[in-house]
Amino acid sequence: MTTTPRWRALTQHHLFWPVAVLVVLLLINVPFTPDFFSIKMTDGHLYGSLVSIVLFGSPLILVAVGMTLVIATGGIDLSVGAVVAITGALTCSYISDRSDQDALSGVFLAMGIGLVAAVVCGLWNGFLVARMGIQPIIATLIIMVAGRGVAQLITDGQIITINSEPYKLIGGGYWLTLPFSIFVVAAVVAVTVALTRRTALGLLVESVGGNAEASRLVGIRSRRIKIMVYVFCALCAGIAGLMISSNTSAADGNNAGLWIELDAILAVVIGGTSLLGGRFSIGGTVVGALVIQTLTTTIYTIGVPTQTNLVFKAAVVIVVCLLQSPKFRAKVFGARFGSGPGANGSGTSAATPADTTPTTAAAPKMEVS
Amino acid sequence: MSATTQTPKAKAPDSRTTSRGAQLLGDRRLPVLVTATLFIAMYIGGLSRYANYGFGEPQVFLNLFIDNGYLLVAAVGATFVILSGGIDLSVGSVIGFTTMLTAWLVEKQGLPILVVIPIALGVGAFGGFLMGYVIHNFEIQPFIVTLAGLFLFRGLCLVISKESIAIDDSSVSSMAQAQASLGMGFLSVGAIVALVVLAVAFYVLHYTRFGRRVYAIGGNEQSAMLMGLPQGGTKIAVYTVSGFCSALAGLLFTLYIQSGDPLHATGMELDAIAAVVIGGTLLTGGSGYVLGTLFGVLVLGLIKSIIQFEGTLSSWWTKIATGVLLCAFILIQRAMTTRRKT
Amino acid sequence: MAEPKPVLEMTGIVKEFPGVRALSGVDFRLFPGEIHALMGENGAGKSTLIKVLTGVYSLDSGTVTLDGKSVRIGSPLQAQQAGISTVYQEVNLCPNLSVAENIFIGREPTRFGRIQWKRMRQEAAELVDRLGLDIDVTAPLSSYPLAVQQLVAIVRSVGTGDSDGSGTGTKVLVLDEPTSSLDRDEVLELFRLMRQLRDEGVAILFVSHFLDQIYEICDRMTVLRNGALVGEHLVSELDQVGLIQLMIGKAMDQLEELHEHQLHADVGETLLKADGLGRVGGVAPFDLEIKKGEVLGLAGLLGSGRTELARLLFGADQPDSGKVTIGGKQVSMSAPNDAISAGVAFCSENRKTEGLVPELTVRENIILALQAARGWTRPIPAAQRDELVAKYIKALDIRPANPEARVGRLSGGNQQKVLLARWLITQPKLLILDEPTRGIDVGAKAEIQKLVVSLSEEGMAVLYIAAELEEVLRLSHTIGVLRDRKLVAQLANGPEITPTRILETIASGEHQ
Repeated sequence: MTTTPRWRALTQHHLFWPVAVLVVLLLINVPFTPDFFSIKMTDGHLYGSLVSIVLFGSPLILVAVGMTLVIATGGIDLSVGAVVAITGALTCSYISDRSDQDALSGVFLAMGIGLVAAVVCGLWNGFLVARMGIQPIIATLIIMVAGRGVAQLITDGQIITINSEPYKLIGGGYWLTLPFSIFVVAAVVAVTVALTRRTALGLLVESVGGNAEASRLVGIRSRRIKIMVYVFCALCAGIAGLMISSNTSAADGNNAGLWIELDAILAVVIGGTSLLGGRFSIGGTVVGALVIQTLTTTIYTIGVPTQTNLVFKAAVVIVVCLLQSPKFRAKVFGARFGSGPGANGSGTSAATPADTTPTTAAAPKMEVS
Repeated sequence: MSATTQTPKAKAPDSRTTSRGAQLLGDRRLPVLVTATLFIAMYIGGLSRYANYGFGEPQVFLNLFIDNGYLLVAAVGATFVILSGGIDLSVGSVIGFTTMLTAWLVEKQGLPILVVIPIALGVGAFGGFLMGYVIHNFEIQPFIVTLAGLFLFRGLCLVISKESIAIDDSSVSSMAQAQASLGMGFLSVGAIVALVVLAVAFYVLHYTRFGRRVYAIGGNEQSAMLMGLPQGGTKIAVYTVSGFCSALAGLLFTLYIQSGDPLHATGMELDAIAAVVIGGTLLTGGSGYVLGTLFGVLVLGLIKSIIQFEGTLSSWWTKIATGVLLCAFILIQRAMTTRRKT
Repeated sequence: MAEPKPVLEMTGIVKEFPGVRALSGVDFRLFPGEIHALMGENGAGKSTLIKVLTGVYSLDSGTVTLDGKSVRIGSPLQAQQAGISTVYQEVNLCPNLSVAENIFIGREPTRFGRIQWKRMRQEAAELVDRLGLDIDVTAPLSSYPLAVQQLVAIVRSVGTGDSDGSGTGTKVLVLDEPTSSLDRDEVLELFRLMRQLRDEGVAILFVSHFLDQIYEICDRMTVLRNGALVGEHLVSELDQVGLIQLMIGKAMDQLEELHEHQLHADVGETLLKADGLGRVGGVAPFDLEIKKGEVLGLAGLLGSGRTELARLLFGADQPDSGKVTIGGKQVSMSAPNDAISAGVAFCSENRKTEGLVPELTVRENIILALQAARGWTRPIPAAQRDELVAKYIKALDIRPANPEARVGRLSGGNQQKVLLARWLITQPKLLILDEPTRGIDVGAKAEIQKLVVSLSEEGMAVLYIAAELEEVLRLSHTIGVLRDRKLVAQLANGPEITPTRILETIASGEHQ
């Protein structure tokens, strides 16, 4: 046996496969762009393919991080794209009405207004899901449909362009040689990790998503947690909205954040969080979002027509989902790998026998009810 | 209901007749009635407000069918899927892809439209079949499988061409301009096809075993299985129907707009789903009528017409109004289902 | 009178699940025109046998003979076509369709592929009429109460093979706990229908946890235990005490031997008091008192209302009558939170679905209840958390002793201990244990019982539910006896309380 325990531990780490995919994707670029990994300093700013991947991927990372928590509770949020558009529209239209668009107070106020709107959207989603008991897909469909209309209403159907230096910083500016949006993303990711892992929020979210009935019986107030999670997701989408509109110095109610909800869900899935809820990984999601962004960049650099990007994405969705499907694993790899995520590998852990007699018989019975 | 002592049913009427409102709320046809009433009210409202601008012309009414024929066909397909308890996000992309495929085959490959039509329909139906196959056999959520379909077909559009392809073929344009006169007005080929599709769907859903199985698995998939119904085949068939309808809607859209464009019908799956829900079909499946979907489409179409007549209102009000209606109907549905459970 | 030929014969039925032999060579026969009860406690193999018979599971070995011909039943559809129909406890019909459709779906009368609605409604109405029921077949099924839906399910199963010859008419009707949530009138109506069908020659297999119903309606019964056949008896020849002995599986004298008292006497003041607490379809209103340091055992057969009673005391189900006072204060019991903050803890019998979060680690599962009580903003400090977890892993001997192990991969006994640890670190005043020893090995069983004793010595009140009588007797100060969803007696444990006495109380349903 040449495989050392360390190697095995590494491959079993939940981030192994997402990171491996990312690395392979990055390496594919090298033959086509030999200086792919080089980073140059020009005018005090760092430039390079890696920097731009992170820069262009920033809004997606933000949205996907918020989405991760929603999915971990067993939900889904389709409205994030619309929230991106609304936030950008509100903020830009407020700034454009100012006489001095560079005034810091005005910019902060504008951002505040945009983010409050995002939070309101999140509260609405959370209310429908947690209080009214409406399926998340359906509940968030409402804002998905109406939200873009609202965004266009705010911008009056125009693309509002602004000329505000301080606002430009968020999505297009540089700070300490790096794009400022990288710092925003880092801050949001850090806050999210702290919020979920330094407090008990992460545990409770995973518990609600992992077994809703057990969570109820253990006294977790899942309604509050769900509402919080939808608000947080909308807030992340709002920040992404600021970033997108800042980057282009314009608010486009129709196209800002188009399809971002689908990319975000994809990023979460690639990152190893199950769509059924339960265990989540913020790190995995960040890697997943980077994979998607790298895929786009790679397709561009290796000279494949950019329009095939979506076809690749479709292929990725299918492959990832098939690999997550126990039935598919059972059919393709044989029953040995089919019994669930826990079944592959793990020769190390003490192979304890499954629960004995009656409970096993009871498990299939559940399906009939 | 007569109260009899023989069966425990005797209890039911007591609790049932207590409140007329509750009784009304329990009727499955209620949402369709609400939508139909809403449509009529909106139409009358439009009549009184824009009477001087020709809103009363029969052709304005008929235009609802002409301008929304493709949406009606797509929504009929979505009705099958939603009735079975699933969802299909690929509708808009399949429509867009069909416009591109048709335009490309006709313009760039020079195939006659009569050859292209079966090809396009076949591709759409096969796409739907594949999605249904994956959903059923690998037990992956329909949402995510059809999301992949959305990406795939939109991507294939762009693979065919990044640019829009105008269709100048004479047989296509003559087909597009063909009109059936109804005395007071006329209908286009697209509108007639849409109405035929509606009629066929109605027949299939109400008068064939397949149609009833769609309702059964939407009502309770586990039960349907235990009752010995072939729920797997039905599920795959439902997505095939939806793919077929999307492709047909794509053909109608091509006729309507006479071009193929990789961005055609972006997001139309949302319009289709909204029309189905506003038409009173439960998003959780098992309850609803394809006739409701017609009213749902008409309401959406009427909103657009009214906004046009209003002149000062902008097009985005369509989206907002759709969202508000969607919300209202989802809440009505919620009230109905909770009542039924108790 | 010569015994008629059985319509159904199952011989040497074996069914295995990974790690479990659910049925080991069971024989079963069913005669035309009889109502036959299938009896057994948890894990006896009743549901598995039924599912093999109805094609939900495929059998590993053994033969099924129907009408003298050997048959292979691969799916519910094949079972129906062979003439075996099933009505489950949860009505497996489509509530969104009309009654007539539910009766006919899958075999609707058609002409050139077109469903003939008129004919279908007419035939459905005739069928309903013939069976003496008064149901409007055009109404949606969901407009009827559960009891009627159950009758419709029976009508459906009887109506097989009417229109297009896809079936051969029902020979065997399986009724799997159809009565568990019906009231008395509804049960009578069901029984009337069952008798009518029996008189028409249908063989009915009836599963129910209500002993009275078995003795009221059944002609013959088969008793299973631990996946094996214990015996087949005419109902008239086996009294209730005898039946319970067969089901529980120990002869009286054997039970007596095991029974020894080692109870401490430090029972304190009243902790919890329930007055007229009850829930329709759950358990009839009851009064109950639990004192500090007391172990209150609940004895009763499966489905007698043990679990339902416990769930009411925890707020897992909302009571619709009565009130609960804990430590002198009335508690609303509208949600588990209310009970938890009053110091009640509940380990469900369904560890997997209602207890553990399988994806999470041992540590996370252990701290879950305490963390839920503290709220998300106040995480348990890591050091304190690890110390607590380590302490309980050691105290309960959870294996593997790795707090990072995923709980879903632990054995049943260890999962149970994790669940116990979860509640013990919240230091509850009342611990409700619903079948904590079910499906776990002997060693773990003894450990858990020892733990219960020591907890009660420290002053914790324990409500203990177990299927095995001797377990209840050995541990409890007081024994609540349940039968047919009613708390029929509360006996102070003492030398005169023997397993026989409990059995007789269960069998008679009276406090002697």
